[in-house]
Amino acid sequence: MTTTSTTPSSSVPGLVHGVYAEGEPIRDTKAPPGPIDRRWNTRKFEASLVNPANRRKLSVIIVGTGLAGGAAAATLGEAGYQVKSFCYQDSPRRAHSIAAQGGINAAKNYKEDGDSVYRLFYDTVKGGDYRSRESNVYRLAEVSTNIIDQCVAQGVPFAREYGGLLDNRSFGGVQVSRTFYARGQTGQQLLIGAYQALERQVAAGTVEMFSRHEMLEVVVVDGKARGIIARDLVTGEIETHLADAVVLASGGYGNVFYLSTNAMGSNVTATWRAHRKGAHFANPCYTQIHPTCIPVAGEHQSKLTLMSESLRNDGRIWVPKNAADCEKDPREIPEEDRDYYLERIYPSFGNLVPRDIASRQAKNVCDEGRGVGPKVGDFRRGVYLDFTDALKRMSAEAVAEKYGNLLDMYQRITGENPYEVPMRIYPAVHYTMGGLWVDYDLQSSIPGLFVTGEANFSDHGANRLGASALMQGLADGYFVLPHTIRDYLARGPFEKLEESHEAVVEARASVDARVQKFLSIKGDRSVDSFHKELGNIMWEFCGMERSEEGLLKAIDLIRGLRDEFWRNVKVLGAADTLNQSLEKAGRVADFLELGELMCIDALHRRESCGGHFRAESQTEDGEALRHDDEYAYVAAWEWGGQDGAPVLHKEDLVYEFVEMKQRSYK
Amino acid sequence: MNLTLKIWRQAGPKAKGEMVTYPVTDISEDMSFLEMLDVLNEQLNARGEEPIAFDSDCREGICGMCGLMISGKAHGPEVTTTCQLHMRSFSDGDEITIEPWRADAFPVIKDLVVDRGSFDRIIQAGGFISANTGSAPEAHSVPVPKPKADRAFMAAACIGCGACVAACPNASGMLFMGAKITHLGELPQGQPERDARVVNMVSQHDHEGFGGCTNIGECSSACPKEIPLDVINQLNKDLRGALMRGE
Amino acid sequence: MKMLMAGSGALFVFYVLVHMYGNLKIFAGVDAFNEYAEHLRTLFTPFLPYAGFLWLFRVLLIAALVAHAWSAFYLWSRARGARTTRYVAKAAARATVKSKMMRWGGVALLLFLVWHLLQFTIVKFNVGSLPAEGNPGLLVISSFQVWWVVLIYLLALVALGLHLYHGVWSATQTLGWAGNAAARRRAKTLGTVIALVTSVGFALPPLAILFGLVKGS
Ligand SMILES: Cc1cc2nc3c(=O)[nH]c(=O)nc-3n(C[C@H](O)[C@H](O)[C@H](O)COP(=O)(O)OP(=O)(O)OC[C@H]3O[C@@H](n4cnc5c(N)ncnc54)[C@H](O)[C@@H]3O)c2cc1C
Ligand code: HEM
Ligand code: SF4
Ligand code: FES
Repeated sequence: MTTTSTTPSSSVPGLVHGVYAEGEPIRDTKAPPGPIDRRWNTRKFEASLVNPANRRKLSVIIVGTGLAGGAAAATLGEAGYQVKSFCYQDSPRRAHSIAAQGGINAAKNYKEDGDSVYRLFYDTVKGGDYRSRESNVYRLAEVSTNIIDQCVAQGVPFAREYGGLLDNRSFGGVQVSRTFYARGQTGQQLLIGAYQALERQVAAGTVEMFSRHEMLEVVVVDGKARGIIARDLVTGEIETHLADAVVLASGGYGNVFYLSTNAMGSNVTATWRAHRKGAHFANPCYTQIHPTCIPVAGEHQSKLTLMSESLRNDGRIWVPKNAADCEKDPREIPEEDRDYYLERIYPSFGNLVPRDIASRQAKNVCDEGRGVGPKVGDFRRGVYLDFTDALKRMSAEAVAEKYGNLLDMYQRITGENPYEVPMRIYPAVHYTMGGLWVDYDLQSSIPGLFVTGEANFSDHGANRLGASALMQGLADGYFVLPHTIRDYLARGPFEKLEESHEAVVEARASVDARVQKFLSIKGDRSVDSFHKELGNIMWEFCGMERSEEGLLKAIDLIRGLRDEFWRNVKVLGAADTLNQSLEKAGRVADFLELGELMCIDALHRRESCGGHFRAESQTEDGEALRHDDEYAYVAAWEWGGQDGAPVLHKEDLVYEFVEMKQRSYK
Repeated sequence: MNLTLKIWRQAGPKAKGEMVTYPVTDISEDMSFLEMLDVLNEQLNARGEEPIAFDSDCREGICGMCGLMISGKAHGPEVTTTCQLHMRSFSDGDEITIEPWRADAFPVIKDLVVDRGSFDRIIQAGGFISANTGSAPEAHSVPVPKPKADRAFMAAACIGCGACVAACPNASGMLFMGAKITHLGELPQGQPERDARVVNMVSQHDHEGFGGCTNIGECSSACPKEIPLDVINQLNKDLRGALMRGE
Repeated sequence: MKMLMAGSGALFVFYVLVHMYGNLKIFAGVDAFNEYAEHLRTLFTPFLPYAGFLWLFRVLLIAALVAHAWSAFYLWSRARGARTTRYVAKAAARATVKSKMMRWGGVALLLFLVWHLLQFTIVKFNVGSLPAEGNPGLLVISSFQVWWVVLIYLLALVALGLHLYHGVWSATQTLGWAGNAAARRRAKTLGTVIALVTSVGFALPPLAILFGLVKGS
């Protein structure tokens, strides 16, 4: 249960910036030494085996049925382990992976355009702004090719060419075509593949499915993760589920910003509860802001909708040169009065610069007062994404064939026809690179607790390249975790655990108490109103551009808001039925704690890297400036206790194969 | 704009429900239908009345979680999901009836929320291709003719929302099932299990209490992904073939 | 189940077409019609006893009728069971109209069939004024000189037309023969054509008789 001190700890002596403490560095990530292309093989070979007859006796809980969780549940089920799978939606098929549009990368080199595992590895490390681990990223690139084989065998209907072979496109700032796609529904098709594999195991009896269940606590016994406490969202019952190992594949926490491209129910609860039980949270401030979203239309907005950035392949981005033109019909603004600012600033990459750059420049031109669309607050927050040239070059049919569903979606949401009027786009929070810290085995700092997919701090460093989250989710789920968790499970069977064990009872009681607490506050503000306010603070101070002053202010504001939340939130209804306000209350309560940690992380990282522009760290011409000498590490945060301060553990990033360079897309 | 909403309220799975009338004011036409309900819920919450339970997650028309019967039409007047329906499709002064999907195979959990677990069980019965992880051949070893790949893709667009069932006068799940049969049946990878798949899925479908199909076609006109009626034809054909081959 | 329905439905369609062809013979005169009635009974006579074929056909039709009606009621009750709580707002969608049309139209056809058989096959009662004992052709003419008999027939034919309009296309879909857009369009056209041909075809003799174009003598 949470209650907070209101004293801004900026005044607490002995802490860095007054807000955090520094602990021991992390020295071992368990990646085997040796040539990079042999490490994963070495690890797989060294991982102990589990005799097929023993697998039935070993149980695994998997929270999440997205690509990362669904794939893992299916694979472990096929291997013969006893799996319990959880999701908060009514069906595992609805995990938010389904929303991914653009595609999935794989180093198949089907286009013979110079791609290779090494190049995918290299691009990902570079794209991540040299803040990810070489060993992990190499492994990701290595298994990427198996993913495509696996998905095709499951019946995933990837786009094909007339010859019947798979088609590829180039995506998100890379110069080779290595992205596999299924029109604008790649995530859906991949997820349905994993879902079907999962349902097949449910039918086979190896996986037991718990949909409409929300995990609210991890059970840690003798330092090992041994289960979870979950609420049945239909009956409200608080249930205890015990197992030999727990996997969190609960997705990203972008909803801390209230408005994001995540699903309404996306949350940090699963990972945050684990964090509070001892799992380190790594790089929480690394969030990705996606450049091509539909702009906010008004106060009521409940979420933002992404349009695949593949649109940038054929669309041109511009704003008026003169602020005076911003209200005009864009079709009446002559060519010479338009500023195709990405093409102007980055002649070689143009509209295809990486996401972080495209987003920040959009923000810059709007901050200059040259944004378009309706005013939200004092600014117009939108830039044009114009298909006029493409329509001339390719014909309306060809454009529709390639982007039809995206353009239709735009029209449905905005009521404007993109075949006639240029679309308006604006950046929105889209992905969180940060997450629970894991070693090479995807094991968190709690033994027996594994974390996969977007929920871990992953392989993307400070910035994720397009089409590589799907790749990571499936790599983790199908090909990495099943090997590494095996090594852990081989140490079992673990001692039998009763529900009456003290630690189990305690975990369950704390969940019960929290639920009761929410219902008993009976204040007068809705959960959503707190969530919106938190979102505004985060977007304002911990979004694309951050400064020390702003972050300190944000920390204070969040503490104040959290304090008010626990005094004044209003949650109606009962605990023993479907109660969506109660669900939201739990999620927002955790976001209110996470938000503070994100600001602390952002505050301590006094450099601009990836999508994060730190005002105090820029080059003379205003580009992001990294400080590799000081910050080439993973920041893994340990929970400092309810009233304590978080403790920073640094894991140094060593680059043996790729040379660190300042990114340049000019 | 100002609207009158008549909404189905039901406290729990076994409770008796009723239609309750709520006026809403100052609705902007840029709001989505669900954002309009959010506004109503905020007002209810402020008045101390329990907010209306309804499902949604992605709110971008792809997860299939949302789904309301809006004035007698599944997902409302446009061909899209409820979450993608915008208020510009309505006019000031409209009276809108909002009900949950009605089918005994989709029992109501609360207010507008239903349980679509029966769809999952139909998939469990055979809506998959058995390919254990790691056993897959190289992806290019089996080319798929583009027309077949395209048709499989068209059918695979189903999001499992259940609007087809909700709209069908027989509450039949044939469109949903036909979409899966067509998706997997068009692909070479789907052939080995083709007969067993259709027989098992259909038998699960009937067992779940969905109605039988009489080819009315309302499913397809309600489908937000515009799954065509001919997937049912495909299902019937496959079923006939499978039964003749003695499955 | 559905295939039973489609199969039996298809048999009816075939029967109805033959039957209509026969009825149209009335235009060729009472004798031609009677000849046809007789011909039906002597078809395949060397191999089958007198009226054997007709009886065989009747048995088949009755079996089909039972199967058809049984599956119809089964589907109907299944549909009711599949939605025990109904919608409050029922959009006047063409869907419901269609399904009501099939079901109530079917029931109407069933009732009509009973009447029709009683009148011409089983009891052979004569509501008209011509002497028709043992002369099916005259019986027909005599009956259709009475306006309300014709009305019943016309109503039944409307029901039949509507039933076939949806039924024929539905049967092709149920049998899996409407696999692509062209086939589907063909099936729909076929349905419309059969519906029109049969209802018009059947309507001609009674109307002609009523308006005195075909006379008993
Ligand atoms: C709009 C959009 C477009 C994208 N496009 C692309 C793209 O083109 N290419 C690409 O590579 N990536 C893309 N991404 C990113 C990518 O889709 C995600 O990062 C990835 O799918 C995450 O997968 P996951 O399995 O980790 O989590 P998710 O798919 O988010 O699944 C999370 C699961 O955890 C469950 N869960 C969460 N919390 C709890 C809890 N407390 N209790 C129980 N269950 C819980 C949920 O029910 C769900 O099943 C996109 C993302 C978005 C939002
Ligand atoms: C005995 C009276 C009858 C009843 C109760 C009846 C009822 C029905 C019903 C309820 C259906 C299913 C509705 C649907 O598929 O949408 C149906 C279908 C059909 N009926 Fe009839 N009907 C009767 C007589 C006839 C006759 C006389 C014919 C032919 C001339 C006929 C031809 C068909 C056909 C072709 C179908 C379509 C089968 C399918 O859907 O696959 N029916 N009937
Ligand atoms: S077929 Fe269409 S209406 Fe039915 S579940 Fe699928 S997407 Fe929804
Ligand atoms: S909420 Fe996902 S489809 Fe509507």
